[in-house]
Amino acid sequence: MGTAYTPGLTVTSNTIVRKTRKLPIKGTVLVNVGDRVEPDSTVARADLPGDLDQIKVAHMLGANPAEVPGKMLFKLGDRVEQGQVIARTTYFFGWFKSEAKAPSTGTIEYISDVSGNVGVRLPPRPVELTAYVQGTVVEVIPDEGVVIETPAALVQGIFGIGGEREGRLHVMPEPDRTIEERDITKELAGRIIIGRRLITGAALRRAGQTGVVGVVVGGIVDKELVDLLGYEIGVAITGDEQVGVTLVLTEGFGEIEMAHKTFELLRSLEGRDGSINGATQIRAGVIRPEVIVPHPGSASDATVAVGGGELKIGSHIRVIREPNFGHLGTVTALPHELVLIETGAKVRVLRADLDSGEAVVVPRANVELL
Amino acid sequence: MDIEKSDSFLITDCGSTTTKAILILKKEGSYRLIDRGEAPTTVEAPFDDVTVGVITAVTELQEITGRTLLDGNKIICPKRGPDEGVDLFLSTSSAGGGLQMCVAGVIKTMTAESAERAALGAGAIVIDVLAVDDGRKEYERIERIRHLRPDMFLLAGGTDGGTKTHLADLAATLLAADTKPRFGVGYQLPVIYAGNVDAREAVHDIIGAKMAVQDVANIRPRLEEENLGPAREAIHDVFLEHVMQQAPGYSKLMGWVSGEIMPTPMAVGRAVQTFADDEKANVLAVDIGGATTDIFSVFGDARTGEQVFNRTVSANYGMSYSICNVLKEAGIANVAKWVPFEIDEPHLRNMLRNKMIRPTTIPSSLSDLLIEQAISREALRLSLDHHKLLAVGLKGVQQQRSVSDAFAQTDSGGTLVNLMDLDWVIGSGGVLSHAPSRTQAAWMMLDGFQPQGVTHLAVDSIFMMPQIGILSELHPAAASEVFRRDCLIVLGSAVAAVGHAKKDGAPCLTLNLSTSDGRTISETVNYGQMRLIPLALGQTAQGTISPAKHFDIGSGPGRTREVKLRGGVVGLIIDCRGIPRRLPEADGTRRSKLNEWAEALGLPRVE
Repeated sequence: MGTAYTPGLTVTSNTIVRKTRKLPIKGTVLVNVGDRVEPDSTVARADLPGDLDQIKVAHMLGANPAEVPGKMLFKLGDRVEQGQVIARTTYFFGWFKSEAKAPSTGTIEYISDVSGNVGVRLPPRPVELTAYVQGTVVEVIPDEGVVIETPAALVQGIFGIGGEREGRLHVMPEPDRTIEERDITKELAGRIIIGRRLITGAALRRAGQTGVVGVVVGGIVDKELVDLLGYEIGVAITGDEQVGVTLVLTEGFGEIEMAHKTFELLRSLEGRDGSINGATQIRAGVIRPEVIVPHPGSASDATVAVGGGELKIGSHIRVIREPNFGHLGTVTALPHELVLIETGAKVRVLRADLDSGEAVVVPRANVELL
Repeated sequence: MDIEKSDSFLITDCGSTTTKAILILKKEGSYRLIDRGEAPTTVEAPFDDVTVGVITAVTELQEITGRTLLDGNKIICPKRGPDEGVDLFLSTSSAGGGLQMCVAGVIKTMTAESAERAALGAGAIVIDVLAVDDGRKEYERIERIRHLRPDMFLLAGGTDGGTKTHLADLAATLLAADTKPRFGVGYQLPVIYAGNVDAREAVHDIIGAKMAVQDVANIRPRLEEENLGPAREAIHDVFLEHVMQQAPGYSKLMGWVSGEIMPTPMAVGRAVQTFADDEKANVLAVDIGGATTDIFSVFGDARTGEQVFNRTVSANYGMSYSICNVLKEAGIANVAKWVPFEIDEPHLRNMLRNKMIRPTTIPSSLSDLLIEQAISREALRLSLDHHKLLAVGLKGVQQQRSVSDAFAQTDSGGTLVNLMDLDWVIGSGGVLSHAPSRTQAAWMMLDGFQPQGVTHLAVDSIFMMPQIGILSELHPAAASEVFRRDCLIVLGSAVAAVGHAKKDGAPCLTLNLSTSDGRTISETVNYGQMRLIPLALGQTAQGTISPAKHFDIGSGPGRTREVKLRGGVVGLIIDCRGIPRRLPEADGTRRSKLNEWAEALGLPRVE
């Protein structure tokens, strides 16, 4: 049997996190290799091109488009001020004239003798890029951005909403209970709160209103998330939701408990400052939501952790499809031959002993490595 | 090497979810599929390299077939001996998010539509269609382009010698957006210009300095002529040079293959066109994947008398990554109506969401399978609706009409997809090709597409049409042989009545058929029923089918039709549930009906 790979999410107490921070367009990098940065440090800046105003000069002058270049008072690349006359024509022995004025201040970018239009590019808009995580700049990508490195604990979730934020980790007092609306108090403002099971839609809404930075839980009921957002998530490309809080689900939708390893790691990090991002993209070039908690000192023994890997007898797994969705277990056999399952399909399976003691046969596609 | 003499082919298809490898060998004078291997596609972390999935799939194939295909992590091509390596290694791909394009034309229903067809035919995902008359304001178009960040832009419009002004305006819009491709900062956006040749200079003057503009022949040189070939070729070339180079591991894979990597949809399209040409038939084919659903059709255009090929890609209808978009577009009630057992809405929604976030999982219980098959019916329906909108004749073309045409009241630009004229439906993609029972695949297609009258149904046996399509480019004989013998599984003919009776149980169709194995079939099937009549692969049944007064199977309401039906691995399906399909509204009655139909088709009841 060839190597059987399974997908998996990284959950580790000690790794080297490298974050590549890139501008959407070329700009200026403001930091140097070796600089220490905080999550809110500006590391690069760029000017986004301003809008292009199209001026219908031929129409304004009552001229043919082909005549427009000859009527222009400015040339390509010239700066013009708002209200300034940019083209003029005279007629009837010079007694009358028509003018075209710039509607805004900018630079002349094109003059078309086909459409008779002139384009004026408005001044650029600045955009700033923050570090997002605390760490050290280890690489400068000229004109584009930086790579920031930090020894940290890293928890990747399976799905999230909301963008990049930072806050202090706080484990809820009764983590094994669903987080309800009444549990969200104003003392939680600025915190990344952690629960082991579900959060209700109402609690998530309250969290956003109260100033909670982030929520990390095992799952949420889909209907409640949709009600909160006010729309269905069609494809899993998230991160821009405007709900005031970032949500990271470690397991998925419905009644599912956070894996023991994940919860114990998060609990050990209570009181530490971390960065959270709910942005998810489940397609090629996948992006998973994450919680990053930098370590204060260096971590020379840290390694770059990789999720997923090769299934072997003895591998710890989680079942990721019903029945037994969310259950944990240990692989006991990886039979080579295809096996007939209840649906009538013949598929590759593995045998596993679940932590509950039950021995099960599961399609290999329906497990992930822990 | 002499490609004609090749007798061993390894072909992979790197899908968004799974990488499939097949081995084809010439044995005893004929080309046959030997077996297939598959593995998860590895374009994402932690692998970030498509070749990892390719090697894993080929490793599985090597172990199953016993033929040595790999030397370490290297594919053995050309072959080293009779049982070691292959003559040709080819690959298709839809991983990496596919080729995402924006297209623009002057008139939305004319040049913009032609531009869209050109891009789709080249295997692209069209993320927006811009036109001077698309109803949007200038700034809205600019914002949209900036937001979408397409890989490539196709700019068309104007007949040769026609408008130049609008093309200059469109170029200015593109300049204003000043968008950058998704991959590679500093890389100029490729723009293929396929509009009025007289406006080329004006377009270059405006965007030539900032974008990589490439001129090709006008896609609509005259109002009544569409010339999509040159634009499609240019798109394909840019796809290979740009998009493929950027996706993780593809530059390595490009160094391994014996030809060019072809976009998966383009390869499937080749296979479908070849089949339609050979059969001289109207064909509708579907490839329902995890992220997208592609529909391909070849229908005769009454205006020109030519067979017209169309492809559409419904970028966000699919069975894993896009499963929740099907839910969003169809609505929970439309999905739930196909489920033959009681299930509460929150639970159903959670199940679909969990499939979306863990897209490579498969159903392991019968109820789970039937939920996936329920949603596939809606994905097929939505994708066909989309296809019908684009598979149309040329709009704005004056037609010479006879007296009978005038009575028919047909406009130019009507859809070419007439389901009563359809001869073949071919299903491909995991949910259809890997359905545990071929009867389930036939049923999903009957509900999703609702073909009318007599239609022959088939599925791609193991989802290998992409591989067949790319092979047909290099070795048509091998491709054709394997397609007919190993790829196309004929399920049988379906007879579906259009119309409705006032109540269940009223007579609908009366069959008088003689089969090629000497049987006589004389029976009446009532409204609301399905009937499966055994007729094996290779056998036929000929005779007449007489519909009751309110039903039509192609000769008009109540009129008898002479038919020749094909047997297959499923048999003959007589579908008297009525078209358009209406399911009972009461949950209990509906579930009971779904189970009754399952039983009629020999499938298990789930209550």
